[in-house]
Amino acid sequence: MSTLTGTTRFERNPATREEKWVKWTLLTLSLSFFILFLILPLVSVFFEALRRGWEVYLLSITEETALAAIRLTLLIAFISVPLNLVFGVSAAWLIAKHDFRGKQLLTTFIDLPFSISPVIVGLMYVLIFGANGWFGAWLLEHNIRIIFAVPGIVLATIFVTFPFVARELIPLMQAQGRDEEEAAIVLGANGWQTFWYVTLPNIKWGLLYGVILSNARAMGEFGAVSVVSGKIRGQTNTMPLHVEILYNEYNFAAAFAVASLLAMLALFTLIIKTWVEHRASHPAAAHLLPPEINPLSIQKSTT
Amino acid sequence: MSIEVRNIHKRFGDFVALNDISLNFEAGQLVALLGPSGCGKTTLLRIIAGLEQADSGLVTLEGEDASDASVRERQVGFVFQHYALFKHMTVFDNVAFGMRMKPRAQRPSKQQIKDKVHELLNLVQLDWLADRYPSQLSGGQRQRIALARALAVEPRVLLLDEPFGALDAKVRKELRRWLRKLHDELHITSIFVTHDQEEALEVADKVVLMDHGRVEQVGTPEEVYNHPATPFVYSFLGSVNLFHGRVEEDGLRVGSHAVPHAQDNFTQGSEVFAFVRPHELQIITDAGQSQGVAAKVTRVLSFGVSARVELEGLEKDSHTTNDQHFEVELTQAQVSELALVAGQIVRLVPSKLKLFDRPGYVPADSASIRGLNASSDKVIGKVL
Repeated sequence: MSTLTGTTRFERNPATREEKWVKWTLLTLSLSFFILFLILPLVSVFFEALRRGWEVYLLSITEETALAAIRLTLLIAFISVPLNLVFGVSAAWLIAKHDFRGKQLLTTFIDLPFSISPVIVGLMYVLIFGANGWFGAWLLEHNIRIIFAVPGIVLATIFVTFPFVARELIPLMQAQGRDEEEAAIVLGANGWQTFWYVTLPNIKWGLLYGVILSNARAMGEFGAVSVVSGKIRGQTNTMPLHVEILYNEYNFAAAFAVASLLAMLALFTLIIKTWVEHRASHPAAAHLLPPEINPLSIQKSTT
Repeated sequence: MSIEVRNIHKRFGDFVALNDISLNFEAGQLVALLGPSGCGKTTLLRIIAGLEQADSGLVTLEGEDASDASVRERQVGFVFQHYALFKHMTVFDNVAFGMRMKPRAQRPSKQQIKDKVHELLNLVQLDWLADRYPSQLSGGQRQRIALARALAVEPRVLLLDEPFGALDAKVRKELRRWLRKLHDELHITSIFVTHDQEEALEVADKVVLMDHGRVEQVGTPEEVYNHPATPFVYSFLGSVNLFHGRVEEDGLRVGSHAVPHAQDNFTQGSEVFAFVRPHELQIITDAGQSQGVAAKVTRVLSFGVSARVELEGLEKDSHTTNDQHFEVELTQAQVSELALVAGQIVRLVPSKLKLFDRPGYVPADSASIRGLNASSDKVIGKVL
């Protein structure tokens, strides 16, 4: 677009322009906060990680227990993200497109993981599945291990990351209404076809965004996982837990090396997220518009 | 295909959307469901389509009870007010959608689908837009594509929910003429919902007037316009002047004024609504005239083929104690002959009056009267 954006126009117009010092004060204030609290810690992670050289860095992340932690983290994400995808989409579909008793209650409950401290979440699972918990005796009898094992970590991770997909989709689906779905049904599409060909294409960017956030949280979750994992090295240690253990052992270089991997994951997530947002705001159709066709001329030749 | 609905009831919470609706739609006709917003017309249409479930009552399609049939089984074409085109699909894919969703055994071949889509796009005269996306089309184009998409599955009946409601006045007019032409070519049983009386009268074979979840009158456009059955229909179709009066020996008494009236099937002393169309009111400037309702000229609008004079009654409405507004339609010649000026006091004498019983002195709660208890100026202003 060749026209000025709203903010630029606002600023160039002497009637609406603020004094120069206001702008610079705000800019300085926010930039220094930004550097102090966001950029500096991020840089320090990489700085500390590479402090003792490349070799130590590589050794720290290829060492047996580190690799096990990476593998476990990937496994947890691999299990919990798809499950959340399915739960999230069905919950959002239910809430946005249907009316039923208790809808408000369900909507509130979806936010529960956001409002409960992750440590409490972990304790909840210990209380239910732990050796002295409600199902503890029964599980022990049948030799099923949940707490201090991978299933417990998966459960805790799912709980913590549950709202991301649903929260992202509900407002989107509500805004889109039921018109297109109704049109599809009237045209003879069955439920699955309606979802696959009409609903899903309309929510795909929001869904991807929710999955990215959910994935980032699944890999980075500390509190809930730390309670249920038992922190057995090489077995139930995820990357964030591994970082903590290394740090507590004064093995700073290794701790920061593994932390740098998580930081890179965060940066990578941010890049994808920005790309998704960009794609979502510029729908595919706009790119397919031949340059010689001016939308205004289409309007004119309507009738 | 003929459609019959019988004793349909539908509530949304405390709100009665449809109250015992029974209607018969003959095969091949284009019928308009006409009424103010909230009268239940869209709900009725959606119940026929199967998108909404009636609380009780029957929907019969071609003599078969379809009340429990799913939307897919009913084979209806539905056109939505806001088009509901699939945003992420091209025009071609939108129109092809219904055919592609068929079970494999019934699905036409790729080539057949392609031919059919182009045939339909030619029918709606938009074949050149096949590769565009809905966002690149104007409102009128989108609605025509929506219609082509609905026709692609060869529906037995076409249902249109305020199809031109979101379009501007000029496009509306063109599209409804076009819809009529299309219907004359295809002869598919069609029902369309509208709140625009001009649209309904101009396009439909038959008009169903609805108000507050009830059917007020069913008939051809001529029947409902020339012989309104209820006060609601009279006031909804075209602009109208309303008097509250009492039938007396020498005519009708409106406030302290007497109005000549010949209709004699009302008992003396009964309270009535009296309706007069703007062109049925005469303006008398002669000060010696004793009959007719006294009114003050507020505005003279003398452009167009006929001129309109707006007036304000000298007395408040005897029934509602609101100001009374009147509208008179005259020829340009009459206006220049009368030489009316704003502020002039004149008398209004109706050449024709249509009376409806006003049950008792208390405002009745029957549905047909409800719309009229408000001030009379609400009635005026619907210009046909």
